[in-house]
Amino acid sequence: MNFQAGRLIMEKIKEIILAAVPEAILEDKQVLTVTVEADQLRLLAKTLHDNKELPFDFLSQLIGMDWGDSLGVLYLLSSSADLSKQLLIKTAVKDRQNPLLYTVSDIWETANLNEREVYAFFGIRFINHPDMRRFILNDDWHGFPFRKDYDEDPAINPLSLESKEIVDVAPRIIETPNGLKEEKVPVFDKDDYIINIGPQHPSMHGVMHFRTSLEGEIVKKIDVHSGYIHRGIEKLSEKLTYPQILHFTDRLDYLSANINRHALCMCVEKAASIEIPERAEYIRVIMDELNRIESHLLAWACMCNDLGAITAFIYGMREREMILDIFEKTSGGRLIINYNVVGGVMFDIYKDFQKDTKAFIIHMRESLKEYHRLFSGNVIALGRMVGIGIMKKEDAVSYGVTGPAGRGSGWSCDLRKYLPYSIYDRVEFTEVIRTECDSYARYLNRLDEIEESLKIIEQLVDNIPEGDFQAKTKAIIKIPEGQYFQRVETARGDFGVFIESHGDKNPYRLKFRSPSMALVSIMPLICKGEKLSDLIGIGGSMDYVIPDIDR
Amino acid sequence: MKNIKIKGIAYDEFKDNEYLEKYVEELRSHGVNLVVGALDDLINWGRSNSLWPLAFATSCCGIEFMAAAAARHDLARFGMEVTRNSPRQADVIIVAGTIVNKMAPLLKRVYDQMAEPKYVVSMGSCAISGGPFVNSYYVVKGVDEVIPVDVYVPGCPPRPEALFYGLMQLQRKVKVERFLFKGNK
Repeated sequence: MNFQAGRLIMEKIKEIILAAVPEAILEDKQVLTVTVEADQLRLLAKTLHDNKELPFDFLSQLIGMDWGDSLGVLYLLSSSADLSKQLLIKTAVKDRQNPLLYTVSDIWETANLNEREVYAFFGIRFINHPDMRRFILNDDWHGFPFRKDYDEDPAINPLSLESKEIVDVAPRIIETPNGLKEEKVPVFDKDDYIINIGPQHPSMHGVMHFRTSLEGEIVKKIDVHSGYIHRGIEKLSEKLTYPQILHFTDRLDYLSANINRHALCMCVEKAASIEIPERAEYIRVIMDELNRIESHLLAWACMCNDLGAITAFIYGMREREMILDIFEKTSGGRLIINYNVVGGVMFDIYKDFQKDTKAFIIHMRESLKEYHRLFSGNVIALGRMVGIGIMKKEDAVSYGVTGPAGRGSGWSCDLRKYLPYSIYDRVEFTEVIRTECDSYARYLNRLDEIEESLKIIEQLVDNIPEGDFQAKTKAIIKIPEGQYFQRVETARGDFGVFIESHGDKNPYRLKFRSPSMALVSIMPLICKGEKLSDLIGIGGSMDYVIPDIDR
Repeated sequence: MKNIKIKGIAYDEFKDNEYLEKYVEELRSHGVNLVVGALDDLINWGRSNSLWPLAFATSCCGIEFMAAAAARHDLARFGMEVTRNSPRQADVIIVAGTIVNKMAPLLKRVYDQMAEPKYVVSMGSCAISGGPFVNSYYVVKGVDEVIPVDVYVPGCPPRPEALFYGLMQLQRKVKVERFLFKGNK
């Protein structure tokens, strides 16, 4: 779609918005921003979701906000057909004691967990939401930590070493003809047999907690609990300067460490109008792709390990060490490399970088064949992957599942294609898409993406231009007032950074959109009716990283 | 000291030897029975070379633990490749990653489920002190607020070699311990 046609469509969308909600305020910022009153939010959301021209059926980010005098929520929408079309809805509520908004979780399923997170952090409750428990934080947590007036005194929320019983009762507020009604509903049926998978479990990818009700060995329902690694990164960031925040991004989704950091660096650079030297762009993209291969290798190794193939685990980790060597020689770090900085990269590449990278490419191509011989055609492996964990495309879009998992359901959602950042518009690669929707499609997608990443590296590694690897920046970086977005494609999908700046050297609000949250939120749906042992295999095929969810 | 030998690494190359010497002195202050002492040495030799870990991996450090267990670094050289999935079968719990308020009771519970003698390795700066997240409202400032720690391995995340060094220090500690008749020292 060319630029002109794209603008025409957005003009049409504006007309649709104004036709539905005439009071809406439209602003052309980095992203088209629509401000509406809280009571018209649902009408606007439905209109945008259902419109024929360009349905905004993908809720990329749902951001809670505290503006001091009011609390609010931002919704970053995108269209599953064309991810480059973005739109921001902004709504606010004045009441700080008992803030209420209408839910959009029936329009976009991904809002379900996100709204629960907003409740935990900001105390905004959502009317008609089916399950208004706090996500991430404990139910008995005092105060709402992301509010600006939150008291961090540890005496209010002391560290307790008592194990608490989990109460499977969900409060909710529903709207009846006689006004709002608060009620409590049980999460599980009365006679359900419930087992806990996690938070300490060897084949969980991190500290996820699934309360799973079983019928024999068939999974009946999963209740997702999270927050066992919530570090409050977004809150911490509000007190730090931009260069100080960078190292947090590495520790979110540590397998895509470098890509996450790239996202935040780009967001700050774009906002502060810092030009990046060409050389730095090349190095960044090569490092991103190496990071992606590293992550996919680990995902492959762990998934095979979950399915019982320990040899595959050893193989995957073996090739991964080669990438870690390159990282280590460049930056000194192995897993978390702290390499991107605002304005470029921290160090120049070393002398034999090209040689090592090329040697790795040759080795990796051979290894991929070996992987396929070892596992991809294995009868037992096929039996545990083909036709298991079916995720339909509509569901993937509604839950916001991007990355190799989303593309395994036939959804073309590679942000490197739709919103080409850095120098991705100059390299050639194919977006790997499969339509089988099962675990096997997701599995093969990762292996094929390794090949595509190798192609990208091949195109760049010999052409790294001479010059600076870092632009000179001011000692204190200040970002002009405004709201800034940056979305990148990590190994798990659409990773987003949102910064609201009030012109200071530290952000007023920083939010990371975690692709893993979407991957986990769809687990109850795709595991329903599958066997318990396959739950672990499906989890492996989704490849979520928990610190990315909890932040 | 004769019985805290680690193969391939000289005694003087280890740090914190004073700590160990003081520890031994304390243990032997009431004298060592010849027979029991010799038996202890034998048992400790076996114990120190087959410490079965429980990986309590919450975040990034867990990946480095996996790398340590995989092909290149090969934890099996120390007899520690048998990562147990149940705390009841484990000798040492390796806390790899940030521990937060919600996790602390669970860590305590897992630790309580382990059978004596048990050891704790705190891997990474988060597990030592809260690391980069020390100012957070939700992060526990070090696992030693929850359970007693034997060895601290600094790093963010520590390299597998650093973890091995820490585990060897733990082996040395195990080697000097008195196992039999522990009660009447």
